[in-house]
Amino acid sequence: MTDLSAAPACLPRPRPSLLDPSDRMRRRNAAETRFRLYGLAAIAIALTMLAIMLFTILRDGVSAFTQASLSFPVELSAEVLDPEGNRDRAEMAKVTTIGYGRVLAAAFTAELGRRGIATDLSEKDIGALISRDAPGTLRAQVLANPALVGTTIDAKVFAAGRIDGFLKGRVTLDSAERDSNISPAQLRLAQQLVEAGILTSAFNWDFLTNPDASDQRPEASGLGVALIGSAYMMVLVLLMCVPVGIAASIYLEEFAPRNRWTDAIEVNISNLAAVPSIVYGILGLAIFINFAGLPQSSSLVGALVLSLMTLPTIIIATRAAIRAVPPSIRDAALGVGASKTQTVFHHVLPLAAPGILTGTILGLATALGETAPLLLIGMVAFVDNYPAAPPDGILSPATALPVQVYSWASRSDPAFIERSNGAIIVLLVFLVAMNVTAILLRRRFERRW
Amino acid sequence: MKSFHVTASVLAFAAASALPAMARDQIQITGSSTVLPYATIVAEAFGENFDFPSPVVEGGGSGAGRKKLCEGVGTTTVDIANSSSRIAQSDIDLCAANGVAEIMEVRFGYDGIVFASDVNGPEFALNPADLFNAVAETVAKDGALAANPHRQWAEFNADLPAQDILVLSPGTKHGTREVYDQKVIIEGCKATGAFDLHLAAAEGADEKEKAGNAEKACMKLRTDGRNVDIDGDYTETLARLDTNKNAIGVFGLSFYQNNTDKLRVATMGGVVPSAETVASGEYPVSRPLYFYVKKAHLGVIPGLKEYVEFFVSDDMAGPDGPLAEYGLVSDPELAATQAAVAAETPMGPLN
Repeated sequence: MTDLSAAPACLPRPRPSLLDPSDRMRRRNAAETRFRLYGLAAIAIALTMLAIMLFTILRDGVSAFTQASLSFPVELSAEVLDPEGNRDRAEMAKVTTIGYGRVLAAAFTAELGRRGIATDLSEKDIGALISRDAPGTLRAQVLANPALVGTTIDAKVFAAGRIDGFLKGRVTLDSAERDSNISPAQLRLAQQLVEAGILTSAFNWDFLTNPDASDQRPEASGLGVALIGSAYMMVLVLLMCVPVGIAASIYLEEFAPRNRWTDAIEVNISNLAAVPSIVYGILGLAIFINFAGLPQSSSLVGALVLSLMTLPTIIIATRAAIRAVPPSIRDAALGVGASKTQTVFHHVLPLAAPGILTGTILGLATALGETAPLLLIGMVAFVDNYPAAPPDGILSPATALPVQVYSWASRSDPAFIERSNGAIIVLLVFLVAMNVTAILLRRRFERRW
Repeated sequence: MKSFHVTASVLAFAAASALPAMARDQIQITGSSTVLPYATIVAEAFGENFDFPSPVVEGGGSGAGRKKLCEGVGTTTVDIANSSSRIAQSDIDLCAANGVAEIMEVRFGYDGIVFASDVNGPEFALNPADLFNAVAETVAKDGALAANPHRQWAEFNADLPAQDILVLSPGTKHGTREVYDQKVIIEGCKATGAFDLHLAAAEGADEKEKAGNAEKACMKLRTDGRNVDIDGDYTETLARLDTNKNAIGVFGLSFYQNNTDKLRVATMGGVVPSAETVASGEYPVSRPLYFYVKKAHLGVIPGLKEYVEFFVSDDMAGPDGPLAEYGLVSDPELAATQAAVAAETPMGPLN
């Protein structure tokens, strides 16, 4: 009771009104406001960054979805394309794309003459307005249907990349002065062609369906192979990861005894989820290509590597979803005589399914955007042929969407910058769609206890 | 962890046993990113004109490509390695150790290396000596070696603009760096007299070792921010040049020719780089481009021989072919290469 002697010193403490805040109260309020402003600022910074990123990608990438093409009639003269006259595919195949290129250039020049478009350019310079992709396309068309020889067809071919850039405003008369690949005279001719309706610009489905093209034909390059490759890989990852991931999680959550071993496994799974993805690429190269002898650059190897990478994420998400099912459900099932397996499959798993699905979709979305592990297994490559239909197709060489972004970004022709950003837009659309599906599934099926 | 590993190996085994001994239909090519665009142009045209599938072409660097070529024989290994520098003895030894006995060396053309600045900037007429004075760590100053004091180009050559020095050099992992070191920096080192000073100061058992050490000393570039090593692609160099208009970047001739609206090329020793001047040897900074073919795969991988022949044909690698249009300096001795390819002559020992 010796404290009592000190007590009177505390007594004359004033009781200020709440309406008349003390200094301390004012400081606390200020701190509160400040903290809220910090939070707001953080969100504002994040949103600004996102907006800048989206703005630059859209600004540079939207133009990839339109493409300039030239329409003019082409006479497929039999003397040039089938000198033997037998309409035999093997004989006709001797005429290379160089021959078809001349046919196209001549037909185009003739069309200019017919339409009264005057130009003093040489036939070679006029022909340079046509994409280098066009002869190959025409040749494939004629070889597939030899009856076309001798007729005149209405060809619609891509315009060269620089002409396309001119319609999109990337190439100007000023820049053409200094550009060794295009002259101002060619651009003026292009202007006349637009007025004559020969050169038109339209939505470019080929950007989504064409395979990749070499550095000389940015206009013909597309995401076809990359989309198929990504689709194959996602399906395979799903098929491999979901059963393995769910089985592993059920065992660890419901059946495994708690001992040092299961603890070690648990820690390892969490650690594996944090391993840099390139490490899985090295592992994949060693196991799947060098040891198992699977073909390089194939979607199967890509999917195996991505599965290894995604599996820990899926196991963690699945275990969390299973753990979230209240024990009372299990107790009730066991109480009415269900076996452990019946409890899991009849009650726990259905209730955990929305969480598992969400986790799986988010894991897949990460795998979809991954490039680094694919670098080592030969998928960062120029692949010009579509993969075959499944199941054989999973062994054909393929690329993936993020890979295409990367390889286009390092090409020398400036037209590929637009393609690269266009590919990012496609990739983002897929990622957003997957995330929205995950959110919708969660909203629709999630149960809270 | 255990279950995870078991799963992984079970998957691998299941996949491997389900698909035994896979034949490969398409050619696999890897290697230099400088050769990559040329190889893709040929691969694409090959796919269009032949009834074989287009080859799969990867980049990744000359050294890495040659190493992959030498991993062994069999369909899981690559068929062709592109290279922007000649194969080294160490690669040949590695190949021999892994059973890759015969390799065909195919030189298909030359690549010029150009120095370029922003298109709106001043003209540069450079000599190797100027570049050495600009980027070396130590330069010859009044007859003695000194830490590079130069801040502006005009300080050592009154003909150059009074502009701050900033050179974007190729990074050490590039094949381009080797040519840059050999044909520009060491030449410049010798021309300015710094080489003799280095040689006098060099340690070594004999003359050869001393000269080697002196060259090494020459190749040390300054690290005070006026020389920046670019480890990325030429597109990165271009982007850097865009943000810093004072910079001079190092590019491949083909890259420059595709971006002439953004770049102003510098002359080297008074010669403007172009396909003609590189081919004639007037323009000094150039290098041959190669690809190496695993001979054991000829006749096994469908279309391999046809691809190699098509690559070096006049329609492709000739002076009027698409490769030359893209920036390749066509090889004056292409006919000899074509004959060697047709005869499948393997390469002899390095001289």
